[in-house]
Amino acid sequence: MADGFALTEATYYILLSLVRPRHGYGIMQQTEELSGGRVHLAAGTLYGALNALSAKGWIIQIPSEEDSRRKDYRLTEKGLQVLHAEVARLRELADNGERILREE
Amino acid sequence: MANRRTIRKWFWVWDFDKEEDWLNEMAMNGWVLDRVGFCSYDFVKCEPGEYTVREEMHAFDESYVSFMEETGAEYVGRFFMWSFFRKKTADGPFDLFSDIDSRIAHLDKIGKVLTIIGGANLAIGLVNTFNPSHVGWINLLCATLLMYGLGRIHGKKEALEKERFLHE
Repeated sequence: MADGFALTEATYYILLSLVRPRHGYGIMQQTEELSGGRVHLAAGTLYGALNALSAKGWIIQIPSEEDSRRKDYRLTEKGLQVLHAEVARLRELADNGERILREE
Repeated sequence: MANRRTIRKWFWVWDFDKEEDWLNEMAMNGWVLDRVGFCSYDFVKCEPGEYTVREEMHAFDESYVSFMEETGAEYVGRFFMWSFFRKKTADGPFDLFSDIDSRIAHLDKIGKVLTIIGGANLAIGLVNTFNPSHVGWINLLCATLLMYGLGRIHGKKEALEKERFLHE
């Protein structure tokens, strides 16, 4: 579980991007693409988040296959669980919103 | 030399956002930051608005610099604990922080440094007030100034925290 707290949008999209191994710039591009350009991750914010997520054990660094100097990141088993729990939480939010607005 | 110029200017550390605004104004006018020093900024000529300039307090970290470079930014240099970056505006928008949490974390970092230096000055100043041969009042003055700066940083942080109460 995500410590019982909601994930930030940035954290959510970073984790979602890392279901496949990606490097920093790849995460930025994937996030922009997934959100249709709505969510933009700035470099400093992303760097801080990657360090924090590594410390929590939700992601790990792996050597890049394309470029040995580069570091890629990938979701851990724990990170995947957090992501599943967050999707369930978001579904609850969206379902409740739709149901109540439909009734009005 | 018409292609380079140095401007001497002073900014308080808690006015880092004003410093950044000024550097971007310079870039708008065709002068982009090329080197930083103590109260000294070197600029080179560029097309007006060719670059966006950003600055951040950060312990030196080579992997952070290469991370930034990978995203298309260029490392300009460092002064004290501040790193300066620039990026061509044609390569997309350039920000260091894109959410409230990371802005608050940055202000916390600045606050911590001000607290350490201010606290050291306070301690030295107090010790030296008992020693008539020393000028402990200079340290006490520095400590007062740094505590004022800490208050300014705290004010910026509170404004962000109020905003975060409603949204990210």
